[in-house]
Amino acid sequence: MVNNCSRIGFVSLVEYVTFGAEKPNIRMSDLQNLEALVTQVRRDILRQVHKVNSGHPGGSLGCAEFFVALYQELMDRNEDFSMDGKNEDIFFLSNGHISPVFYSVLARSGYFPVDELNTFRLLNSRLQGHPTTHEGLPGVRIASGSLGQGISAAIGAALSKKLNNDSHLVYTLCGDGELQEGQNWEAIMYAAGNKIDNLVVTIDLNGQQIDGSTDNVLPMGNIKGKFQAFGWDVLEIEKGNDLDAVITGLKNAKSRTGNGKPICILLNTVMGNGVDFMMHTHAWHGKAPNDEQLKVALSQNPITLGDY
Amino acid sequence: MKKYTNTGSKDTRSGFGAGLTQLGKTNSNVVALCADLTGSLKMDEFKENHPERFFQVGIAEANMIGMAAGMTIGGKIPFTGTFANFSTGRVYDQIRQSVAYSYKNVKICASHAGVTLGEDGATHQILEDIGLMKMLPGMTVINTCDYNQTKAATLAIAEYNGPVYLRFGRPKVANFTQEDQTFEIGKAVHLQEGNDVTIVASGHLVWEALIAAETLNEQGLKAEVINIHTIKPLDNKAILNSVSKTRCIVTAEEHNFLGGLGESVSRVLAENTPTPQEFVATKDTFGESGTPAQLMEKYGLNAEAIVKAALKVIARK
Repeated sequence: MVNNCSRIGFVSLVEYVTFGAEKPNIRMSDLQNLEALVTQVRRDILRQVHKVNSGHPGGSLGCAEFFVALYQELMDRNEDFSMDGKNEDIFFLSNGHISPVFYSVLARSGYFPVDELNTFRLLNSRLQGHPTTHEGLPGVRIASGSLGQGISAAIGAALSKKLNNDSHLVYTLCGDGELQEGQNWEAIMYAAGNKIDNLVVTIDLNGQQIDGSTDNVLPMGNIKGKFQAFGWDVLEIEKGNDLDAVITGLKNAKSRTGNGKPICILLNTVMGNGVDFMMHTHAWHGKAPNDEQLKVALSQNPITLGDY
Repeated sequence: MKKYTNTGSKDTRSGFGAGLTQLGKTNSNVVALCADLTGSLKMDEFKENHPERFFQVGIAEANMIGMAAGMTIGGKIPFTGTFANFSTGRVYDQIRQSVAYSYKNVKICASHAGVTLGEDGATHQILEDIGLMKMLPGMTVINTCDYNQTKAATLAIAEYNGPVYLRFGRPKVANFTQEDQTFEIGKAVHLQEGNDVTIVASGHLVWEALIAAETLNEQGLKAEVINIHTIKPLDNKAILNSVSKTRCIVTAEEHNFLGGLGESVSRVLAENTPTPQEFVATKDTFGESGTPAQLMEKYGLNAEAIVKAALKVIARK
């Protein structure tokens, strides 16, 4: 068990780069190191989608800080991956299209070799376009891609933990546009009505979806008010691309679990964050940069831990 | 001819309920989820005995399937319960992605399948569910014929690790298979030996096939009756062995002839030994309101229809 309280996971950048792939679930520590990891994760995202000229960089870039904070600072994770995830915190990615950030952080947290990011979306790869258990990729516990299913699975896993007297938490990330899927609201109703209080659902509020802004495609009104009306404990992270703020917000959420209500985090992010020409637009939701664009994007995110 | 006796008509859904009750006592990992149809699915006893392992999800089937998939993470064996229509068509994508593609150990238990749901009509009847489920890679599809077999199947699928669709029905039908039988997933059951025609039947049509075999026997024709309770994986060997003797086959099911047992059998025959086949099934139609018996007659799903199909296929040899 890697215990984030004791910070035994601290490793130097050199050690991390050299041995990261062999040491499962390595945990970095101070903020500077984590910032460096965020930058490297952005590079990983851009290079993955560029290589195969497909994939979803926009939402991935917007959630780099969230994933780094979650896997490096928040989750109490076991050294070896097991599907059952007993006696550890577990995470479900509901908006599976942001697989590039998920894969990067899983690899750089030791779940599989970082070099495997080279196989993203290629034939016979474990790194499918959208995450799946089908190819046996460590770190993934359910397939996602068809939207709206993650909260339900997370509730199930949270109930399983309660039945197993396992006090660990279940985390999920959903897109804001994804909330347009009706199944979410079935799940949101169930979780509050049945006091699923070992569950932390984060909504990536970037205000964008494929066809435009969420306000234009299908206005969702007051999302905070909706979750509150359903009986959830809702907190907001105003600066979802400020690593320190994300860590603080996630820790706050964690401290509020176990009180009879499911927890919702509204995470305000900028789609395409960290690459100036990708920010504040839905244009890069599912589009890869060309060679020239990649060069510019990478120049804005210089190598920190080393490219795969 | 072997004699089969109806030991007292019972509904197959009660066989499911009895199996679930037993599992509650013997397997602490079994959990049950229901979408506001606890009584109809006969899950009350499990609920009473194990309230901590019973999850009422309300009229929210998509969430139920997703929750069931999630509950397998941590070692639970979820049994979901609702009508066959709401167990499949309504939640196809949830089953496809969260259960089948993710290969989760979820048991989708579906009552009120086919037209014998009766008076509620076509919105609640489903004749397409076997096709929907058998198309999913890795999904096991079972359609049981009576109370005893349904109970045995319920117990058996808990021991099997993987997604299962278990289909049963609403009305009281003949209970004629052995009590406390061993249910082998994927293994056909030979009910009658014969050389003139093979009758392969599933679900409520199995008892009708036995009656049809008696009628044919009175006409001097020996029908081999095989109960295929597992449509996927199909017992190819049992089918091929039988048609090697009879050289013709009738398939009988309470389902559309597109996508059902009959089509699965056709594929096996076409690949191995093309054989004349007749389909006792609904013919690309929705159902309607009526009593189960009226509907079975109108849609050609009874012993009389099987006899007619057998005579026709024998003539085609």
